Amino acid sequence: MNSSNGAYVAGIYEHPTRKADGISLAQLHADVAKGALADAGLSLSDVDAYFCAADAPGIGAMTMAQYMGLKLRYSDSTETGGSSYLVHVRHAAQAIIDGKCDVALITCADNQVASGKFLGLGGVSWREAPEVQYEDCFHTGPLALYGLVAQRHMHEFGTTPEQLAWVKVAASHHAQYNPHALLPKVVSVEEVMASPIVAAPLRRMDCCVMSDGGGAVVLTRRDIAKSLKRPLVKVRGAGEAIKHSNGGKLDITLSAGRESGAQAFAEAGVCASDIQYASLYDSFTITVIVQLEDLGFCEKGRGGQFVADGNLISGSGSLAVNTDGGGLCNNHPGNRGGITKMLEAVRQVRGEAHPRVQVPDCELVLAHGTGGSLAGYHGAATVILGRE
Amino acid sequence: MSEQNAAAASRNRRGDSGEYWQALSERRLIIPQCLSCGETYFYPRPFCPFCMSDDIAWVSASGKGTVYSFTTSARAPQFKVPAMVTLDEGPTLMTAIEGIDPASVFIGQKVEVVFAELADGTVVPVFAPVAASVADGKSVD
Repeated sequence: MNSSNGAYVAGIYEHPTRKADGISLAQLHADVAKGALADAGLSLSDVDAYFCAADAPGIGAMTMAQYMGLKLRYSDSTETGGSSYLVHVRHAAQAIIDGKCDVALITCADNQVASGKFLGLGGVSWREAPEVQYEDCFHTGPLALYGLVAQRHMHEFGTTPEQLAWVKVAASHHAQYNPHALLPKVVSVEEVMASPIVAAPLRRMDCCVMSDGGGAVVLTRRDIAKSLKRPLVKVRGAGEAIKHSNGGKLDITLSAGRESGAQAFAEAGVCASDIQYASLYDSFTITVIVQLEDLGFCEKGRGGQFVADGNLISGSGSLAVNTDGGGLCNNHPGNRGGITKMLEAVRQVRGEAHPRVQVPDCELVLAHGTGGSLAGYHGAATVILGRE
Repeated sequence: MSEQNAAAASRNRRGDSGEYWQALSERRLIIPQCLSCGETYFYPRPFCPFCMSDDIAWVSASGKGTVYSFTTSARAPQFKVPAMVTLDEGPTLMTAIEGIDPASVFIGQKVEVVFAELADGTVVPVFAPVAASVADGKSVD
């Protein structure tokens, strides 16, 4: 995506709610759409491409296009769980570069907490999936599946529960500056270790929050982006991959991030050590550790050592990660963290993060998502953004 | 497992995997093997996921395997130790460990198949430690 024109992030918006009482799912999607368009200085009538996943009500992009009155010449409802929205960024950027659309809108939203309609992994009902007859009776969803990954990672690499805890501690240090964060209180490794085991070796504080809310991203062409009064943020590179249980020949300590990250870095012409800020999917603490390794921020198996001693805390650590508090402390709308990963990465590269967590002179950032389950199948997507 | 998932699973067990479930009902574990490339695989499907061949045979599994990973699920209605077990024949499958204190399960532990019944009478393969692999908490492989 190094074409001279390229695709640019023009607008972002994060819904402030964490429990959307009295707001319909369609309205939540429209609210975040309008917010991101207002941030860009555009309106719904400018949108000619719309991207959504299974959290959107109805059928693909059609239902919300009708609700919002969009006139579309491009749509995409690719579904890879919580990473969907980062896949959408990649697809939207390519469609813009190819001249298929001018202004692309991506939304994610959910009101599961207020409505009580918890559907498990990514808000999707997968009861007809072929593996259900073999697997569903053995576990109760994502908790157990990520517990399996953490247990195996600890066995293979010597990762410790305290190292897992450091991921949560870093998130909490960031969340204290986020007025919307569900869990704004700073916690210590000892406090994480004192929280009850929910899926060994994972403790309650190794798990992300469940929240309502959502977010939206608007991408556009360079000339339109330049005409708007916002910082120029280019999609420098992106990648995506899907990994699965491979007929039972598997290694659950490896994620599809290895492939999606390699694609994104190659396209951007940069490497992990160039990245100044990273939004990493934090459904669980172990998810962050696996992604750090697979994206090349450290060697495979060294993720636990990498995150220890506050190394992910902005200002004191070597790599600031999830400075909004992430899914572990801020929000995780619809059990889908992909859109929020994009939002904080854009804030950082624009210089608009909270001053206490803003990375100085931040010009190159990464957002990465893992949707589904690392122990089963999952889709990974990586986006690298650069300030011009 | 939601009731809707259970209903779908029950219906799908009467499809192309019927032979697998019939064997389990007789307390036998069988797995598919590709006669074209020779690979065994899991979960069952009527073609080989490695080479796409339709030339598939059911083979009896020894029922012996090794704990690949495990976790605990206090809220689970039936199986408190969800696990992945690598069968001696090769494939790793999602299952559960039974018949042992969860604190005594370890990765690398040698296990063998036992059978458990779901609420609807479906027999599923779960695993229990072989006697020699219980004592010291160390992998024997």
